[in-house]
Amino acid sequence: MRELISMFLTFARIGAFTFGGGYAMLPILQREVVDKNGWCTEDELTDMYAIGQCTPGVIAVNVATYIGNRKRGPIGALFTTLGIVFPSLVIIIVIASFLTHFAEYAVVQHAFTGIRIAVCALVTKTIYTMVKKNVKDFATLLILLLTFVAVVVLNITPIAVVLVCGLVGALLHGGKAKGA
Amino acid sequence: MIYLQLFFEFFKTGLFAVGGGLATLPFLKHIALKYSWFTVSQLTDMIAVSESTPGPIGINMSTYAGFHAAGLPGAVVSTLSLVLPSYIVILVVSHFMEKFRDSPLVNNIFYGIRPATAGLIAGAMFEVFVMSLFNTEALSGGSFIGFFRLLPIALYIAALVGIFKLPKLHPIVFIICGAVLGIVFGL
Repeated sequence: MRELISMFLTFARIGAFTFGGGYAMLPILQREVVDKNGWCTEDELTDMYAIGQCTPGVIAVNVATYIGNRKRGPIGALFTTLGIVFPSLVIIIVIASFLTHFAEYAVVQHAFTGIRIAVCALVTKTIYTMVKKNVKDFATLLILLLTFVAVVVLNITPIAVVLVCGLVGALLHGGKAKGA
Repeated sequence: MIYLQLFFEFFKTGLFAVGGGLATLPFLKHIALKYSWFTVSQLTDMIAVSESTPGPIGINMSTYAGFHAAGLPGAVVSTLSLVLPSYIVILVVSHFMEKFRDSPLVNNIFYGIRPATAGLIAGAMFEVFVMSLFNTEALSGGSFIGFFRLLPIALYIAALVGIFKLPKLHPIVFIICGAVLGIVFGL
């Protein structure tokens, strides 16, 4: 029970400091789940993000469910999922009840401009780590660059990108050659 | 039975909104048009609030919409209904992941997907990145110097140096510093 509560609280903390959705959560998730608690490896976290792109639902919730289940089965998944949802529920209800013009306050906008810059820096580090770890040869470098272009320039849906890259990976046999 | 309707609509949203974030938006718009729970223009306010409060945007949006529809119980019902499909699907997916974790085929597939995930994240953040550090309007106005938001760029570089030099510092610390500096400098 103690561990379940600790899982709930960890994910509540992640939920309370995630601004701007799934991707922005990655740096905090990495710290709390991989570095601090060792609930999964960095590779598993990356894979979970890819899976979360193709499965229904909010990515943050998918990751929380996956890790909770891995650690303590469906009950663990219940605690982590409720944990990540809990801060939103409280904060949004408070704002919807009392602060209908919340987003228009100047102080909120200033704070958020600042937070966005911090999130940009945090995610830059995350991407740097991921690239260093997973771009091992010319093929993976090409995949990285093409994916970026596909999303930013061509507006292709991430689901298609993940599926195609999985197929390419299967055809290239890269994973086995690396002894992964 | 508004709670049953809320459950049905948000379960459907959770099941079909793939990719997270604002993927829930088209579904909420549909709900706004179908029921009299909230208007489409209220949706715009919900986006603003959801983006300027912590928590996954999809969850925030559903909580807000559910609250508008049926108060506190509505918020709880819609949020839990949104989450339920992910919960079930992920339990099934994890089962297969554990089973095929060591298969060469799965390893090959993820060899292709992992660099793509980095590219996807970079792509998704690109817009926020440009919006936060540069002023694209200035460029179309012909002002090259005005294109760079100097203070945000300086803060970004400072944060980046801090993150690389002090890897033990919790990411939350940088987020709080960002909020405080944003208010202090009136960004």
